[in-house]
Amino acid sequence: MPDTSTEVAIATTTLGSAAANIEFTSIGSGYTDLRLVLVSSDAVGGLITMQLNSDTASNYSRTVLNGTGTAASTANQTNRTSITIGPNNAVSGLWSLYTVDIFSYAGSTNKTVLSTNSVDQNGSGQVGVLVGLWRNTAAITSIKLTDGSNFATGTTATLYGIL
Amino acid sequence: MPSSRILIASNTLGSAATTVTFSSIPSTYTDLVLRMSTRIDSAPGTADLIIQINSGGNMSYTRIQGNGATASSFRSTGNSTLPVNYLQQSDSTSNTFDSSEVYFPSYTSSNNKVISSFGVQETNGTTAYMRAIAHLRSNTESITSLEIRNGGYNFVSGSSFFLYGIKNS
Repeated sequence: MPDTSTEVAIATTTLGSAAANIEFTSIGSGYTDLRLVLVSSDAVGGLITMQLNSDTASNYSRTVLNGTGTAASTANQTNRTSITIGPNNAVSGLWSLYTVDIFSYAGSTNKTVLSTNSVDQNGSGQVGVLVGLWRNTAAITSIKLTDGSNFATGTTATLYGIL
Repeated sequence: MPSSRILIASNTLGSAATTVTFSSIPSTYTDLVLRMSTRIDSAPGTADLIIQINSGGNMSYTRIQGNGATASSFRSTGNSTLPVNYLQQSDSTSNTFDSSEVYFPSYTSSNNKVISSFGVQETNGTTAYMRAIAHLRSNTESITSLEIRNGGYNFVSGSSFFLYGIKNS
């Protein structure tokens, strides 16, 4: 079947050993948007955060909608040093899925992201949708994911470019 | 540069059908994405768009939804299928369809399968639903077939189903 899509895999990382960070660097500007897909777990259910272009200043904010299976909630956080993507999955043998869509990442406006987290644990867990903002007009050239503990061996992150 | 998203199969209904099945899904991709636009020809009140993976079973989920008035969360375990969305029904605004996307990462891995879905309705009415659901299939077999159902009703002509394979390299 001929290639008909406009989605291209830029890079993928599968951890051969536990690591605190996963980073994509030298991201080219040849796409319209970026999509990050992360399948991960860790030992303690640490929070996964994201920083762009190694910016550690308080330039990030987010608004989140969460469901725990029994209650829905919403919250926002401003002037943060990263965007929290969601909690990791500490249940043995289970993995969680996170998607992060970054719009107009090479444009000259502040950057908006749309992210989901899916952490069902067969009787516990959570699901969430969030919008994040990075108040910076630079093109995004690197993305760093950090786990509050360590991403487990086998965690896979893939960065796609949308043409 | 090779594309990473390839259309594996599609089905846009030319006549009403109770189920749509994608079988013999090749194992040559990293992830699967299923996108659907559906409506049923009945008005049972509420009806779920559901998917059976392989022969079914071992499903649980955690859901959040909003209907324009309230937001709520729910969890369920021990299911045979995974629910995705409330279906647009025959008494909904004419020619409107619900929309859903389901993401299946690592569908051939020997791990339990995490799956996410996002489904929306909008009818220009007072109540329509938006749902984000985290699913878990506590089963390590590869996903080789997806049967899309609706509780025994008919998907109307024009309902569409697209299955994509995603390659990460």
